[in-house]
Amino acid sequence: MPNENAAVSKRLPDSDGNPQQSHFVATEAFASIFEVLQGKGYTVIGPTIDQHAIVYDQVRSLQDLPQGWTDRQGAGEYRLERRDDNALFGYVVGPHSWKHFLFPPAMTVATADKTASGWTFQTPEDDPPKYAFLGVRACELAAMRVQDRVFMAGPYVDPAYHQRRSGALIIAVNCSQAAPTCFCTSMGTGPQCTSGFDLALTELTDGFVIAAATRDGEEILSELKSRPATVEELRQAAAVTQRAAEQVERRLDTTNIRDVLFANLDHPRWDDVAQRCLSCANCTMVCPTCFCSSVQEVSDLSGQHVERQRQWDSCFNFDFSYMNGGVIRDTTRSRYRQWLTHKLASWIDQFGSSGCVGCGRCIAWCPVGIDLTEEVAAIREPTS
Amino acid sequence: MSIPASTTPSSSQQVPNPWQAHAVSIRSIQQEIDGVSTYDLAFDNAAADGTYRFSPGQFNMLYLPGAGEIAISVSDDPARSASSCRHTVRTAGNVTRTLGKLQPGDTLGLRGPFGTAWPMADCIGRDVIIVAGGIGLAPLRPAIYTLLRERRCYGRLNLLLGARSPGTLLYRSEFAQWEERGLVVQTTVDQSTPDWTGNVGVVTLLLERLRSFDPTNSVLLCCGPEVMMKFTAVTAQHRGIPPERIWISMERNMQCAVGLCGHCQWGPEFVCKDGPVFRYDRIARWIDVERL
Repeated sequence: MPNENAAVSKRLPDSDGNPQQSHFVATEAFASIFEVLQGKGYTVIGPTIDQHAIVYDQVRSLQDLPQGWTDRQGAGEYRLERRDDNALFGYVVGPHSWKHFLFPPAMTVATADKTASGWTFQTPEDDPPKYAFLGVRACELAAMRVQDRVFMAGPYVDPAYHQRRSGALIIAVNCSQAAPTCFCTSMGTGPQCTSGFDLALTELTDGFVIAAATRDGEEILSELKSRPATVEELRQAAAVTQRAAEQVERRLDTTNIRDVLFANLDHPRWDDVAQRCLSCANCTMVCPTCFCSSVQEVSDLSGQHVERQRQWDSCFNFDFSYMNGGVIRDTTRSRYRQWLTHKLASWIDQFGSSGCVGCGRCIAWCPVGIDLTEEVAAIREPTS
Repeated sequence: MSIPASTTPSSSQQVPNPWQAHAVSIRSIQQEIDGVSTYDLAFDNAAADGTYRFSPGQFNMLYLPGAGEIAISVSDDPARSASSCRHTVRTAGNVTRTLGKLQPGDTLGLRGPFGTAWPMADCIGRDVIIVAGGIGLAPLRPAIYTLLRERRCYGRLNLLLGARSPGTLLYRSEFAQWEERGLVVQTTVDQSTPDWTGNVGVVTLLLERLRSFDPTNSVLLCCGPEVMMKFTAVTAQHRGIPPERIWISMERNMQCAVGLCGHCQWGPEFVCKDGPVFRYDRIARWIDVERL
């Protein structure tokens, strides 16, 4: 039994059942995490404000974080607002996800060079930075698990994703609030971070409760000025996540969802949503699990050196399903149906889980405010 | 005490880069019919040549730098000893037009082979009906070569081939040889010409009339336009062939060929890696869905 007077920690059992201690790190001491990570050769990617949104980019100090800012979100709505405190992670999720760094939006996957004896083909040396991701939410940890299966479960493995993912350090943050667009509780992905991180933080008023889940995480924690968290701090930390969970209002009924959607491929709601959908692809760009890409031929002026550049693509783009002079999904109805049924139904056949983690980005960033939870609910309604 | 070193997911073995293309040279070009030619490709690298093996029904990605890449089924004999590999290509878009401008000796890139194969083992001891429409015969030719090589292993062999017109019957010069070796070839055309004395109509009519097979012990392999495969499967089932012994080869926009780019999705299937050859009963529910 722990000594009642001593600071005790919430103990997370590891794989051998050994408890891991939660620590408290004051905000001023937390500031040194940047030096610690940089000292270990990490490029730190975290939240920062750019063009009136909280995005993920390289961060070098606490000053780069969106301290005192939050995001107000709704269907087709995202605005930054001042908080009445100095929270560093007092926002929900923005338009970026970590896939920007694990699955770069544009990269050269192969090259071709014309020589005297004809074309030669190479795959370029890929030397990505060793990333430390700071501020990964529970739904985003789930999204990484989803993309891990897409890109690494085989039979073929994506070399670029594999390399970036293998070297990455994950510093998760438990959500302290939920947006009206959030529905992680329906998808079973949050708001509590439970696995898939090296370190998990919970932000309190004057610092963080931090738990390490890996040796890499422990090592970093050991270099921060910390002390075991007190019972009160642990209680506060639990309350933070609890509050976020209670704020989640949106629901997606996932009961039998695969069969329900496949049984309703001719539901009139597809026509209805097609009247509103602009087929702009925003939802797929902000989605943390969408993985489609295309390869463009980028030739130099001589035509002797060609780079094969892979770029994110979207099933909403008209020519995505182009084949033999025609386009298979030539209507918005068919493209929206493809996106939704892939995300929520065929993903389960393909990868053993839903492709949706309930982050709500597709709702907030849809220019016309289409809400997939509403669309699914409508499809569940019996047609007359 | 031990905790995981990091969050790195388990699959960390060294994996081949699926984007690495092999350099191949065009050994010969044979025009088959109007707009369709067969390119015999030879590996420039002896090691790549030595390890390259494909199964009937699989495809390669042919890469023309600057123009792009296309999925082309291998239409050669998988047991052919010479280090070459024939691909029958219909000129359709930018990449195939660029390919059409090349000469023997020119080089291009090749990745492959990819995808699922015709169920040749399942054909052993059974009657085999091959139903092809137009250029759909190309991915079936390796299966034909395989059947004829070990002719005694199989029952009655029938090829039912449909084409738009007599002039678009693919591999016509090989039919006599195939028949000699024990494959009954029947053809039909949509549009007759004055010199045509054969069948006119859709290929499913040939299947309806086919007598020399035992439906309870037959395998049907089919490749052609989607609508043709759909009605072939319907007719085959009417004739008593169980859906689990009907196989079709699908086509979609295949770009990466390894299930990573998402383009070729057809319901839950990635046509590039779960197909192109599918067992009919497993995909029957998708073939009727328009714009899937």
